[in-house]
Amino acid sequence: MTEPAVSFAGVSRHFGTIRAVDGVDLEIAPGEFFAMLGPSGSGKTTCLRLIAGFDQPTDGSIRIFGEAVEGVPPYRRAVNTVFQDYALFPHMSVADNVAYGLMVRGVGKRARREKAEEMLSLVKLSGFGDRKPAQLSGGQRQRVALARALINAPKVVLLDEPLGALDLKLREEMQVELRTLHRQLGLTFVFVTHDQGEALSMADRVAVFNDGRIVQVGTPTEIYEQPRTRFVADFVGSSNVIEAALLSTLGVSARGAASLRPERIRICASVVEVPEGWLSLSATVADVLYQGAVRRVVTQLAGGGRIAVSDAAHGAVSVAPGAQAILAFEPAALHWLEQA
Amino acid sequence: MRTDKAGWPLKLAAGAGIAFLHLPLLFILAYAFSTEEKSYQWPLPGLTTKWFGVAWGRQDIWDALTLSVEIAAISTAIALVLGTLAAGGLARAKFFGRETLSLLIILPIALPGIVTGISLRTAFGAADIPFSVLTIVLGHATFCIVVVYNNAVARLRRTSPSLIEASMDLGADAFQTFRYVLLPTLGTALLAGGMLAFALSFDEVIVTTFTAGQQETLPIWMLTELIRPRQRPVTNVVAVFVILVTLLPILAAYYLTRDTAETAGSGK
Repeated sequence: MTEPAVSFAGVSRHFGTIRAVDGVDLEIAPGEFFAMLGPSGSGKTTCLRLIAGFDQPTDGSIRIFGEAVEGVPPYRRAVNTVFQDYALFPHMSVADNVAYGLMVRGVGKRARREKAEEMLSLVKLSGFGDRKPAQLSGGQRQRVALARALINAPKVVLLDEPLGALDLKLREEMQVELRTLHRQLGLTFVFVTHDQGEALSMADRVAVFNDGRIVQVGTPTEIYEQPRTRFVADFVGSSNVIEAALLSTLGVSARGAASLRPERIRICASVVEVPEGWLSLSATVADVLYQGAVRRVVTQLAGGGRIAVSDAAHGAVSVAPGAQAILAFEPAALHWLEQA
Repeated sequence: MRTDKAGWPLKLAAGAGIAFLHLPLLFILAYAFSTEEKSYQWPLPGLTTKWFGVAWGRQDIWDALTLSVEIAAISTAIALVLGTLAAGGLARAKFFGRETLSLLIILPIALPGIVTGISLRTAFGAADIPFSVLTIVLGHATFCIVVVYNNAVARLRRTSPSLIEASMDLGADAFQTFRYVLLPTLGTALLAGGMLAFALSFDEVIVTTFTAGQQETLPIWMLTELIRPRQRPVTNVVAVFVILVTLLPILAAYYLTRDTAETAGSGK
């Protein structure tokens, strides 16, 4: 078996009584595009900083390509970071920013300039070398930060909320571009995000963080289709959690609570329309959110609790707030959650 | 109705305030050309430029000037090193007593010069340190450090902390990070702080009086000269010179920090 690119063994980082990272075990394969997903304060950024070397674990050990990095300063790790605020040096030109990693290693001026131009063309910014960072747009600065992180040919590239500061359109463009770049370079990318859509669409594998621990690691499909806990079900794709008590009224032998994805529910006009073998619930429509291709219907159950339904806006049974709706779903759509 | 323009009473009051502050400076300039040398007479009995020549030829002025420049330069140099180090240590680090320490550094500029002067004189006396150029420099450094420190701290607080991490991340060690990232970022702030410190030291009287031995800095020379009724306009010639020497660096400092105010923290 090949050595993992990054491995965490029982890694903790405590700040006083705050357990920012608490006993994390993790293996990231070489060449993988790995996402650390979680709400703010869940420990994902601290994990990234531990890999970069800006912070040291209070417990456990981290290995980068098999090499223990305990006490190794950031400038001696084959790891480079794209910072959330890009952290471009404001007093240097774009080319000097990109070439900084070579400059401090003593590479000659001409070689530096050439390599920087090469990296800039890689991120589609040829000819921007003489500008100052302040003269660039947010998206362009992001690319410069990326080019700067790649110039030292790191073994692992760390990206801290790389697309967080960009607007939606640019973000979607950059998602595609980052994936292309990742394939092209064959490097290990580790990125931190709080945006589940971003994690699911870009990463090969996702680790979901909560309260300093990893709740689940898996491919985007696994994370989405088989959330391990209530937290993952809710955080990734905002699933409905159906309690065991409600399930037993439907005649399902419940093994605890289950998650039910909004798009697996069909709204029927009446009980006779419920397909053979499907389960059904009656609920009151609370709100209908039209989102273009899809609509999101929020319904209120008589016994309390809400269920969200997501279906194609076109050709669906029309519903209005206040109306009664029959929610139908296959028993197989229920995914059992662990008690955690 | 709301208007962005100030009414005329406000304009008048503002104008009067500015005039009150700056018109006296014009008298200094005018008396430098007076033909009357025993007293200050208004209107001027006659105009002459001979005092500029006289001032140029007087060795005591040159001695005082050289001493003042020397002291201001050394004090500023000390302040630049210590003020930057203090700012670097206190800007981001969090430790018990940090606020107190910061206040203690700033205190000398808030204290009346006479308190600083007396306390330093007593301390030097107790420690048996003879009064010399060195004691004057130490006295001046106490408040010069504050100016440099304040400028550097303000700049550091506006600078994104990830700049330093980015530098380390890209392979720069602590020294390279200081040399290529921190120093250029602080550059104009230090220049501004240094110029202000120089100007402060150059025209200092009170602390100097208490920490000097036989040495006579330019401001002290002017003070003693006023008592002697001889070649009075020479003092004014020197005063005009001092105004220029202190005003120019302050103006330069103002423009330097103003231009970089928006861009200094634009790491984001």
